[in-house]
Amino acid sequence: MALSRRHPAALFAVLAVALGTTGAAYAAISTGTAPKTGAASQTQVEEGKSLFLEGCSSCHGLAAQGSSDGPSLIGVGAAAVDFQVGTGRMPLAAPAIQAMPKTPVYNEEQIAALASYVASLGPGPAIPTSEMVDTSGADLALGGELFRTNCAQCHSVSAKGGALSQGRAAPSLMNAQGKEIYEAMVTGPQSMPIFSDKIMTLQNKKDIIRYLQELQKNQSPGGFSLGRLGPVTEGLFLFIAGLGALIVAAIWIGAKAK
Amino acid sequence: MNELEHHSGDPYGAKDGKDLVSGITVFPMEEHVMRRADIDPKAATRAERQVATMFTLAILSVFAFVVSYVKIPNTKMIDVPILGAANANHVAIGLFFGLAILLIGVGAIHWAKKLMPDVEVIQERHALTSNDTEREAVASSFQRGKAESGFAERKLIRRTLLGAMALFPIPLIVMLRDLGPMPGTRLRETIWDKGIHLVTDVTYNKIKASDIPIGGLVNAVPENLLKIEEEDGNLNERGKASIILVRMDPAEIVSQQGEAWDYQGILAFSKICTHVGCPISLYQQRTHHLLCPCHQSTFDLSNSGNVVFGPAARRMPQLAITVDSEGYLIAQSGFKEPIGPSFWERG
Repeated sequence: MALSRRHPAALFAVLAVALGTTGAAYAAISTGTAPKTGAASQTQVEEGKSLFLEGCSSCHGLAAQGSSDGPSLIGVGAAAVDFQVGTGRMPLAAPAIQAMPKTPVYNEEQIAALASYVASLGPGPAIPTSEMVDTSGADLALGGELFRTNCAQCHSVSAKGGALSQGRAAPSLMNAQGKEIYEAMVTGPQSMPIFSDKIMTLQNKKDIIRYLQELQKNQSPGGFSLGRLGPVTEGLFLFIAGLGALIVAAIWIGAKAK
Repeated sequence: MNELEHHSGDPYGAKDGKDLVSGITVFPMEEHVMRRADIDPKAATRAERQVATMFTLAILSVFAFVVSYVKIPNTKMIDVPILGAANANHVAIGLFFGLAILLIGVGAIHWAKKLMPDVEVIQERHALTSNDTEREAVASSFQRGKAESGFAERKLIRRTLLGAMALFPIPLIVMLRDLGPMPGTRLRETIWDKGIHLVTDVTYNKIKASDIPIGGLVNAVPENLLKIEEEDGNLNERGKASIILVRMDPAEIVSQQGEAWDYQGILAFSKICTHVGCPISLYQQRTHHLLCPCHQSTFDLSNSGNVVFGPAARRMPQLAITVDSEGYLIAQSGFKEPIGPSFWERG
């Protein structure tokens, strides 16, 4: 009798309630976390703005509209700020052909404030969450193929970086964090073109990051890497050290004994 | 002093650089200087011990090689100053093997330099021609062969033989045909054609024009490449048809190779350098320059892909593109000029 008391639709009702609560709870949590990453709290934007006016506006303009000394930051997104300031490339110490990474000038909190201010100026790529750059389950082999097709031209097959034109250079990726790599791909810092999520999907980016992480782990089982720059360093090393040793040996063999 | 004279004398006959027959000095020779080991038996013993020590160390190195080969795990990495991280097993076996052979060599040379005779000697030379008897024998043998073979008298044989020998290389020349067939139009054509979809390289997805941001770069191939099997030359077609897509602000486009060959600032160019054919996609989005890493040819993609630097002799061929009804990028036509390195008949 206990069984028959239940309405046939009871199971569906229970399911609907359960799904509804989970959904609502998730929505509450996600809106709760949203201000931290996306639409920042007003105070954070204000703090970012004052930091911006103090440290960045001389080049990027008072309203971040850009000037002859620096590009517009409207619509570059929080990811661009997090990459440029977080790796110490910005602020520039002096006008240069290319901003080089150095110890960051701002602390994490200040970078987050700057990022939320710039993000408030116009829609742009956001700072990736840790799940977005979580590479467990990424396809290592595909990542390698994607890296060689899309990235290796500039960063070299061994990810050690390489020269571009007029004194510019693609940096080594051997110390780059997953977040940094992702941010660079979606924002296209300096000479680098943009690889948007719609063309190169988030999963493809994870594959590439996974491949790079493997490269970073990979030591030199074959012997001395000599910078992994390819035949030039290897040839130069042999030319100087190898031929040098042979010349010294020849001189010693030819010298008369006393 | 007797000892001294004995050493400076030449065991092969010449003395003090004088020619034995004429007595003329042919090679001014420095005074021979005695080595310490020649005079002092203690020094000689010392040299002997040094040589023996090197050979002994070579023996120990061989043992050390075997031990390190067996004992050091081949996954262990060590940090070597200056040279960086290296595999411990490889370093050890290389070092001991090298030491063993080096010590054998160095020991042998040290032995020769310190202990073996080091007196200067003159090696005599003799005339290179054979003597008259031998020369006459060869000449008469040749004449006899000529007479007995009848090469001079039997004209028919001689002439037909010469004819056969003259024509013999013809098969070799005919076989040069195997170097062909001539490439025909293959160097001028790719599999791009009107209406062919552009797809991303590696992942082969159609590309929506609106998905490419300004400053974006996409490595792409024609969709029909996927239909070509590897044995039918898939890689050859890929090598010719690979392209890159870049998007820039339409206001920044100075010129194009044809009118409206772009789609809203999206430009498609061949990926194959016109110098010697390296695949290139070193696109610097700020300057719109495309750089070839092989020989630094640089192309300005905002200005018809013209060469701005380097050895490339002609511009990077552009592919005219547009979109289909759903907004996916397609080719307007095939390439209008040959892609890749310049070749002879191209002019």
